Amino acid sequence: MINFERFVLSNGLKVLIHKDMATPMAVVNVLYDVGARDEDENRTGFAHLFEHLMFGGSINIPDYDEPLQQAGGENNAYTTNDLTNYYCQLPAENIETAFWLESDRMLSLAFDEKSLDVQRKVVSEEFKEHYLNKPYGDVWNKIREMAYKKHPYKWMTIGKELKHIEEAQLQDVKNFFFRHYTPSNAILVVAGNVETENVMRLAEKWFGPIPAGEKYVRQLPQEPKQTEARRLEITADVPLDAFYKVWHMASRLERGYYVTDLITDILGGGASSRLFQALVKEKKLFSSIDCSHFGSSDTGLLSIEGKLVKGVKMEDAEKAVNEEVEKMKTQLVDEKELQKVINKTESTILFEDMSVMSRANSLAYYELLGDAQLMNDELQKYESVTAQELMDESIRIFDERNSNTLYYLAKN
Amino acid sequence: MSVLTEQLNRAAAPIYKDATEFDLKLKPYEKYILDNGVEVYAVNAGTQEVMSLELVFNAGNWYEQQNNVAAATNFLIKNGTKNKNAFELTEHFDYYGSHLSRGCYNETSTIILHCIDRHFTKHLPVIAEMITDSIYPQQELDIYKQNMQQRLSVSLKKCDFLATRLIEEYLFGRNHPYGVYSNKEDYEALQQQQLQDFYKQYYTNGRCTIFAAGLLPADFVQHLNATIGQLPLNQKEIPSIIHPVTPAVEKKYRIANDVNGVQGAIRIAREFPNRHHPDFQPVQVLNSLFGGFFGSRLMSNIREDKGYTYGIHSYILNHIATSAWMVSTEAGRDVCEATIKEVYNEMEDLRNELVDAEELQLVKNYLIGTVLGDLDGPFHIIGRWKNLILNGLDENYFYSSVDTIKHITAKQVQELANKYLQPEDFYELVVV
Repeated sequence: MINFERFVLSNGLKVLIHKDMATPMAVVNVLYDVGARDEDENRTGFAHLFEHLMFGGSINIPDYDEPLQQAGGENNAYTTNDLTNYYCQLPAENIETAFWLESDRMLSLAFDEKSLDVQRKVVSEEFKEHYLNKPYGDVWNKIREMAYKKHPYKWMTIGKELKHIEEAQLQDVKNFFFRHYTPSNAILVVAGNVETENVMRLAEKWFGPIPAGEKYVRQLPQEPKQTEARRLEITADVPLDAFYKVWHMASRLERGYYVTDLITDILGGGASSRLFQALVKEKKLFSSIDCSHFGSSDTGLLSIEGKLVKGVKMEDAEKAVNEEVEKMKTQLVDEKELQKVINKTESTILFEDMSVMSRANSLAYYELLGDAQLMNDELQKYESVTAQELMDESIRIFDERNSNTLYYLAKN
Repeated sequence: MSVLTEQLNRAAAPIYKDATEFDLKLKPYEKYILDNGVEVYAVNAGTQEVMSLELVFNAGNWYEQQNNVAAATNFLIKNGTKNKNAFELTEHFDYYGSHLSRGCYNETSTIILHCIDRHFTKHLPVIAEMITDSIYPQQELDIYKQNMQQRLSVSLKKCDFLATRLIEEYLFGRNHPYGVYSNKEDYEALQQQQLQDFYKQYYTNGRCTIFAAGLLPADFVQHLNATIGQLPLNQKEIPSIIHPVTPAVEKKYRIANDVNGVQGAIRIAREFPNRHHPDFQPVQVLNSLFGGFFGSRLMSNIREDKGYTYGIHSYILNHIATSAWMVSTEAGRDVCEATIKEVYNEMEDLRNELVDAEELQLVKNYLIGTVLGDLDGPFHIIGRWKNLILNGLDENYFYSSVDTIKHITAKQVQELANKYLQPEDFYELVVV
């Protein structure tokens, strides 16, 4: 049970406080309700590029990192297709430094041409390092393009192509900031060795005066139901053939999400999971195989991916995967196996909640989903999933017409 | 916005306390000795009813006669005992949501259990069984060999993977445990009997130290003693083996791996003594300044000013016997040479000019803040202790390291830069 208090400033900023007096530290987490899904299709990668620019100086403070490090703090940030999150940790006594820094960059950035110029290059190198200069680096770009025809999940957080990042202009940066980086579009979580009254006072002092701005209303094209199987073959300079297949699944708040999460654990959660046992150990068709899902807010994707043992035919590998998936649709998962994946979920939740930083992150995320209290109800939702639901959901998901298959073939 | 600035002076930083004024305490461990002499270090703390139990064996690749035997023995320890096959073993832990992982390093190897407290006692007999009764089935070894070779073939396509292997070879020599790496043939050559022999000597009859952390169950030591405490561990001395370091003579390398590569992996490194050397702790401060954190000289210049890379870091390798000081980055293909030049420029600056007071104080505050943040929770605290104990150190080392951070002067930093940051001492490698 993670305790928290909540209040809302008059400009719409939501503030959550989570106390943990066992640590000498405090965490300040600011989540903005903007991700790659809010981008223009012709200017992708912007939410993430923007995250970099948030460290390039704000309206009154030339450098974000230095004063924070002086106060003994460290920080980082990440962007996903759904959200952008900034967090820092520092000795609790110095917490006002974090309020000062975070509020100033919510107020306005410096919009410095040099910072944009450098971060364009840095992000281009990040793009190359993770998506171009790695074997199989372009896989998820291809899969997203195949699986999503309308929804902006069709591009990766890093962006669709390098060119979009290289062409970003300062005016785009300004527009993006004033559209998305407003108090009413943000959630502030303060956690650790902190007193409620002090946090409320500091929040009013530093964030209270920031103009509310206009509330951004998200209107995304939803993905129409897929009605026929899609397939793609790529040949590339990689050493091994790889198999990928993804299916559309429920969105984050639907019950189907929890059911699907357990399905992925049954199929691909470690060395005792079905796919590993059947296809790596017994049939020896794959050298590695995994089943997971994107965990996205809007309707997501469940994926099975694996590298084939040299000499195995792609068609045979796919057939074997389909057999395992078919079992999920036709045979009820037994009590013991269901209990196993619920136990795993309980353990994962408990271990995740060990660090203050992770608790602060989660509170912000669940508040974004609608209510931070959801965080405390998660396990109960998983525990109530039945074998019949696993079967029903499997039938819905593992419909060939709902699938997208990629054969990623090794040259030679 | 003019109203705002009247009320609040946003340009001025709020008052803060220098982190160097904070009093840092490393929570002490409790120590127990099991019947067979196995030492148990425990940190009982936390907010959730979960725990970790790490069994550290003197069974790293330091002790192997043939490449990869130590790693394979460690990996396959979970793949079959006299009574349970690989699936049953894994299923035993997975069923309770527990996680049993293993790792093989140079001097040591580990078996680590993470679990919810209430499942702890069920796992102990199975862990004991893995230490005494693992059989290394041929079929499991065959799958391992095949899959590791396939994984290697993918890794070899990555310039950063190749660069790390090569720089370690230059520094320590291909025959040293710190410099050795595997090719396909090394996996092919693995024999069941070698694994079984290594297992018997270094696990079943080996030397083990245990580190436990979390909200520990009340009778956890009794349970440990009734199981692990009764095994034939710690009865024999492990052989003392000396591996001479044979560094490469040639210092500069340019390797072409991928004609279409858009980035190069850069490594610039020199040998460096281990933690027992008096320069080790003060050099941590110099290293931070140089390339050890986001605000470092290398990061500010090469990422934040020039945009040549997504990240550049310098660090001292985590080795016990002898170490090395490494600069590591991936940079755009066309700017690799420019990046290397800037690294040497930063060395030169540190040698020739005193770091100003504000920058040095920033690094000190940052480092102390990191230590403070790192002591958050039992797993981090036991991690600190483990590192000290395995390196033959105690809490005095921790406190003297804090003291060094607090009191080191700009002049000392410059002297260390002159002693260690000399370009001619560094190996230099680019893999594109």
